[in-house]
Amino acid sequence: MKARVFVTLKNGVLDPQGKAIGHALNGLGFGAVGAVRQGKVIDIELSESDEAKARADLKAMCEKLLANTVIEKYEIELKT
Amino acid sequence: MRSAVIVFPASNCDRDAAVALEQMTGQKAHMVWHQDAELPPVDLVVLPGGFSYGDYLRCGAMASQSAVMRAVKAHAERGGAVLGICNGFQVLTESHLLPGALIRNADLKFVCRPVGLEVDETQSAFTRKYEHGQRVHFPVAHGEGNYVADEETLDRLEGEGRVVFRYAGGDNPNGSARDIAGILSEKRNVMGLMPHPERVVDPLLGGTDGRALFESLIETLS
Repeated sequence: MKARVFVTLKNGVLDPQGKAIGHALNGLGFGAVGAVRQGKVIDIELSESDEAKARADLKAMCEKLLANTVIEKYEIELKT
Repeated sequence: MRSAVIVFPASNCDRDAAVALEQMTGQKAHMVWHQDAELPPVDLVVLPGGFSYGDYLRCGAMASQSAVMRAVKAHAERGGAVLGICNGFQVLTESHLLPGALIRNADLKFVCRPVGLEVDETQSAFTRKYEHGQRVHFPVAHGEGNYVADEETLDRLEGEGRVVFRYAGGDNPNGSARDIAGILSEKRNVMGLMPHPERVVDPLLGGTDGRALFESLIETLS
């Protein structure tokens, strides 16, 4: 089973990297670019075959390590 | 006062911390590798500065999951003193031994210079030898020192006198909320700060403002 985890900053958390990317895109001539926020994609291969168990495990992985839930939120996608 | 300095892969201020501790206490600090599940009997545990695990995933995230951190948490739970400096502060927030989080400096620059601080709380094992409101200078060297927490947490920290150091005189190098440079845990035995007190304990290093922090601990814990 393959999982894709998206980790992004919670709304309201300052993202200076996102801002810098936005400015750089504007500088490249993409004037329509407004707010930009940057996140992470983490691809995980799981040997677990039970989908419910996989989701539960991935949620635990996110809570324990992959995301800092003080400042980040996460989404899990499973490809069975 | 017996102390231990935890060494994670790519900690790089562990020896500075050890030198400062030996100079101030007259005893060698135990250097404890992150994979050791047990701590030697000590009064103070120091989590030093550096780029543990290359700052992979998030600063301090992987280090907070090291075997040794179970022992450090138990030490903190028993009321033992823990001092987290720079990357050590990041490890403490990732370990939930301190609230909030340290994120990228607001202007994206890695700041490496002395900063002016104000001692905002002297009722602590770490700062009792300072005067309330005293201005000191410690060097900072970090790219992710921007302290953030929700308003409720910030209000509680201030209300409970747990903001120990603040960036003073408009000299906030990283955008930290409410100019917070260092905080205490609820039970006041764990402190994290972004500036480096261990780098200002000797006139040869350009300042001695950090000595009082170690003197406070020695007075409390010896």
